[in-house]
Amino acid sequence: MKLIQKFIKTPEGIVGIIILSILITLALSAPIIAPGDPLRIAGRALAAPFSDPSLPLGTDRLGRDVLSGIIHGARTSLLVGAAAALAAIAIGLMIGLVAGFCGGIVDEVLMRVVDAFQIVPGFLLALAFVSVMGASLPVVVMAIALGAWADPARLTRAQVLSLRERDYVAAARVIGMPPVEIAVKHILPQAVPPVLAVSATIVAAAILTEAALSFLGLGDPNSVTWGSMISEGRNVLRSSPWLSIMPGLALIVTVLGVYLFSEGLTKAMTRPASTDRSAPRDGMTP
Amino acid sequence: MTLLSVENLRRRYVSTGRDIVAVENATFSIAAGETLGIAGASGSGKSTMARLLLGLMPPDAGKITFEGQDWLSLKGKDLRRQRSRMQMVFQDVLGAFHPTATVGETIGDPIRVHRTVPKPQRTREIARLLERVGLSSDFAGRPVYELSGGQRQRVAIARAIATRPSLVVLDEAVSALDVQVRNRILELLVELQREENMSYLFISHDLAVLRAVSHRLAIMDAGRIVETGHTSDIIEQPQSAAGRALVAATLRLMPGGRQTNTIQQSEPTYDI
Repeated sequence: MKLIQKFIKTPEGIVGIIILSILITLALSAPIIAPGDPLRIAGRALAAPFSDPSLPLGTDRLGRDVLSGIIHGARTSLLVGAAAALAAIAIGLMIGLVAGFCGGIVDEVLMRVVDAFQIVPGFLLALAFVSVMGASLPVVVMAIALGAWADPARLTRAQVLSLRERDYVAAARVIGMPPVEIAVKHILPQAVPPVLAVSATIVAAAILTEAALSFLGLGDPNSVTWGSMISEGRNVLRSSPWLSIMPGLALIVTVLGVYLFSEGLTKAMTRPASTDRSAPRDGMTP
Repeated sequence: MTLLSVENLRRRYVSTGRDIVAVENATFSIAAGETLGIAGASGSGKSTMARLLLGLMPPDAGKITFEGQDWLSLKGKDLRRQRSRMQMVFQDVLGAFHPTATVGETIGDPIRVHRTVPKPQRTREIARLLERVGLSSDFAGRPVYELSGGQRQRVAIARAIATRPSLVVLDEAVSALDVQVRNRILELLVELQREENMSYLFISHDLAVLRAVSHRLAIMDAGRIVETGHTSDIIEQPQSAAGRALVAATLRLMPGGRQTNTIQQSEPTYDI
C-alpha cells in the first residue's frame, strides 16, 4: 500500500515503529522473558542495578525485580493506552458523525456537551471518575477515554460537515438511500483517516494519564504499572534513585515512540504521492 | 401531458450578511418525453434549480407538482420511495461517486435501495444497464476512479436510469467532457430518451449542447427565467438581453457559426 511505503520513508515513522515494535514484543512475551508474578519477592531489598546477573536492574524496597516490573508494566501501559484511545476515538467518531450529519438542534446540543468536556481538564475528570468508581483496569480505561473523546468528536464533525456537501453524498440522497446508510457507508469511512492521524497523540496522552493516576495510587492495585513503580521509588529517591528513573525512562521512550509514529503517519498522509526528492530527473544526472 | 410543473419557486441565500437571490419566481413545466433546456451564465441559479427540484434543499416559497403529486409535501420514507421517479446526473465526473466504489456497486445502489429486481438477478441487471449505456459488463468490477471522464458519465447515466425514472435532471452533465466524448454522450441520451420515454431537464451554460438535445429552452438570468420558447425560436431570435448574450457567445465559438440560420428543425439534433 502506498501509505505504508510513504510512512516507511519518513525518519520519524521508522524510529517510531521500531520503538513500538520492541515494546509490543516485550509486552507480549512478558510471561516468557520474565516469568512469574512481577509483584513477588525475587531477592534482597534495594539491590543496585547491574550488581546481580539474575536481577539486572536490581530490586525495590520489597525485593521485587525491577526489570520484570518494567516488562510487565509495558503490558499495562500499552493496553490501557491503546484501549482508552480506542474508546475515545470510537465515542468521538460516533458523536462527531451524529452532530455533523444531523445538524440543527442535535448538533448544537452535542457540541455544547463536547465544549463542557473540553473545558474540564481531562486528568481531573479521570481522577474524579476513578475515585468514585474504584480503581480497576476497565474503570481506568473509561476514565481516560472520558477526558479524551472531545477532540476526535470535534475533528470528525468538521470532516462530516465538509463531506456532507459533496456531490457523491447528494447522489446517494437522490437515489433515495436511507440517511443512516449514507452516514455510515458514505461519510464515516472518509472521515476516519484524519482522526486516525491524531489517534497516536491520544494514545501517548492516555499512557501518561494512566501513569499519573497510578502515581497517585489510583491505578489498578493488582497490576504493575510504571506510574506505581515511580511512586514506590519516590520514598527512597535519595538513596536509590534508579527505582524511579528506570520506569520513568521506559515511560519517556514509549511516549516518544508513539509520538514519532504519529508524526510519521501525519507526514505520510499529508505528503503528496510523488515527492521523491532522491530520484534524479531526466537530464539532470551527472 | 404535463409531467412536472413548477410555480413561483423561490430560494435565497444569506451570504456574509447579504441577501442573494438564487431562484426567484421560477415558473415552468415539462411534458412527458420532452427535454427542457435551461441555459444561463454562471451564477444565474441553474444549479440551485436542480437542487430544489431534487429536494436536496428546501425552497423558500413555490410549488412543485411532479407526476400529479405535491412534490414538496413528501417527507422521509415517502420521499425516498418517490425519488426513484426523478433522478439526476451531476457535472463533476468524479466527485459524484463514492471515492472507493466500483462501477457495479454504484449502479447496484439504486437497484438495491428500490428493489427494482430480485437479489439474484442484480448482477444481470447491472450488466444490462452497463450495456444500455454502451459499456461492457466487465466494467462492473472496476473502481470508478479508474475510468475516463466519458466512461464515468456513462456510469452516472446508468445509475440514473436504473430505477426507470420519468424525469432525469442533467446538471451540466457534459460540460466537463471533451467535444467528441460529449457528442457521443448526447447521442446516447437522446437515444435513451426515445426508448424509455423519459423527460429531461437539461441544464447547461452551453447553447450548442442545448440546441442538440432540447425541444424547448428556458433562459435564466440572476435567478429569474427571462425567456422560454422553442429551441430554434430562441436561438434564432432571442428576446431577452441574457438570451441575446448567450446566443452571441455561442455563435462566436461555433465553427461556421454565421450559418446558424440553416437550423429549421424542432426535432433535436445532435450534430453540433
